[in-house]
Amino acid sequence: MRRALAILAGLIVAVALWEGYKAVGSPDGTVLFGVRILPRADDLSMPHLWTVAQRLGRPELAGGDPVWLVVLRACLFTLGITAAGFVAGAVVGLLLAMAMQRFRIVERGLLPYVILSQTVPLVALAPLVAGWGGSIMPAWATVAVIAAYLAFFPIAVGMLRGLQSPSASGAELMRSYAAGWWRTLVKLRFPAALPYLFPALRLAGAAAVVGAVVGEISTGTRGGIGRLIIEYSREATSDPAKVYTAMLGAALLGLLVAGAVSLLEVPLMRHRRHVEVVTL
Amino acid sequence: MKISRIAVASLLALAACGTADTPSTPAPGANGALTPIKLQLQWFYQAQFAGYIAAADQGFYKEQGLDVQLLEGGVDIVPQTVLAQGKADYAVAWVPKALASREQGAGITDVGQIFARSGTYQVAWKDSGIRTAADLKGKKVGNWGFGNEFELFAGMTKAGIDPGKDVTLVQQQFDMQALLKKEIDAAQAMSYNEYAQLLEAKNPATGKLYTADDFSILDWKTEGSSMLQDAVWANTEKLSDPAYQQQTVKFLTATIKGWAFCRDNAEKCRDLVVAKGSKLGKSHQLWQMNEVNKLVWPAPGGVGVVDETAWKQTVDISLTTKNQTGDTVLKKAPEGLAYTNDYIKQAIDKAKADGVDVNGTSFQPATVTLTEGGA
Repeated sequence: MRRALAILAGLIVAVALWEGYKAVGSPDGTVLFGVRILPRADDLSMPHLWTVAQRLGRPELAGGDPVWLVVLRACLFTLGITAAGFVAGAVVGLLLAMAMQRFRIVERGLLPYVILSQTVPLVALAPLVAGWGGSIMPAWATVAVIAAYLAFFPIAVGMLRGLQSPSASGAELMRSYAAGWWRTLVKLRFPAALPYLFPALRLAGAAAVVGAVVGEISTGTRGGIGRLIIEYSREATSDPAKVYTAMLGAALLGLLVAGAVSLLEVPLMRHRRHVEVVTL
Repeated sequence: MKISRIAVASLLALAACGTADTPSTPAPGANGALTPIKLQLQWFYQAQFAGYIAAADQGFYKEQGLDVQLLEGGVDIVPQTVLAQGKADYAVAWVPKALASREQGAGITDVGQIFARSGTYQVAWKDSGIRTAADLKGKKVGNWGFGNEFELFAGMTKAGIDPGKDVTLVQQQFDMQALLKKEIDAAQAMSYNEYAQLLEAKNPATGKLYTADDFSILDWKTEGSSMLQDAVWANTEKLSDPAYQQQTVKFLTATIKGWAFCRDNAEKCRDLVVAKGSKLGKSHQLWQMNEVNKLVWPAPGGVGVVDETAWKQTVDISLTTKNQTGDTVLKKAPEGLAYTNDYIKQAIDKAKADGVDVNGTSFQPATVTLTEGGA
């Protein structure tokens, strides 16, 4: 109940900020020494929220489906891609973390490249991956690959930290029980890693959404919210509210994924106290 | 009984989806089977590519024994690169950009110059007093960059303006808001797209749509700095293979028929484009179809034939015009087979034999009324 109220209050604040700035802000924005420090408040740049809401209800094109339905469908499509990318990224991340924990040499050799992988700009990667579409895999799967590429990183790094978190005495105790690597992993390291895993999963969820949306924009993959944003933004000249409907959809998608990931946490973390952890 | 009927119906529906989404790709050369071909477009489906869409939809490609799959573009998809990497059999690309890719090693050849004219405008407010390129002096001039800006720069240079000093250059978004908000004095626009968006926007002062009377247009065709745009590019190396040569002629023949069809049936082609799932509205697509037809037709030398003068002008500007960072499109004149009219001429003869008007000398553009938002 309190949570619902807090969410509602947050929404009201956001609406009040938007409309409040529109009411007091200069329609031409504020420019100081040739640098724009405050955005324009005119209807072309910041349409009224009720205009956006109205736009959601009106058909996308004359005689077509209403915009909210189109946006919802696009969100579901992208949700599917995000989920596929998230799961693939999580599996790869977990396997990498386990390999790096097991073999010191793998950690030393691989970890720099894992970090380096995230400095490759997406715009360089996307056309390369897009080329696989239609031949090796369907076009949507190439976007999932991009999402996975962003999602695996926080999990690999966070999980590695988690697996290494048990104290030396814990590991020695397991050794005194003659427990092998696998038993130590299952009985000691996995449970200890959980508080590290969940923040990593949440980061990975957000990264997967970004990857899916940007991947769609970059490769032009049809059907998802990323493509919708780019198509609607081209119409911003004559229909400025339209692009905000798509952005609203993308924001909702992000919230949905974040919510779904925290649901994963509930059954596993119920009897655990939350520990402050740093994943990076 | 009822259940099985539903099952059959859904199976049929599934089968229908299957054939629509994943066209069967029979092995090339098999008796009577269609040769699968991929054509990479520059952007999402829109009337700019109506001729290819029509040729696929109206069965012109099939007549020629080709099963053509159109590949949509995207923000980071470079058609000529896709072609050079062998991921498509043909690509649609602007001549200067494709020549720049050639210089960097892409083995591609212009085999059909579908757009004989350039559709790039520089649009200003009528009351700004900008009538010619020379009037841009001292103004804030929007440009898209990324190689889309050279007609503008050549036009200014020709008019005696130093683009680096005499104007304030502003990187423009791909919408026209900056012009509407008067952040810039003149904005780059394609006749078939961004200019139409201006006319689909509501003037807050009058509550009505802006009209052509509100704007003045600098057309690089009349300023003498236009460059060739949409052309069909083929893989240079494969062009030495007689089978690919024949296939190219067939592909171009059907493409010519597609563009002739759209000249004569603009509204039908608009519907084909809309049916392809374009998010741009119907009146916008009809406007685009009409404007694109103007770029293709009339074609006195035959549609798709590279005009030597226009080609030379494109190459000259590519070699000499510098943008704000001092770069030219090309460092040296194109080497090797940059363009050839061999295949388009054969294709024109074949299309003519089938009774297609390949010149469109009697083509008259229509008057298209845009609605708000292009809906």
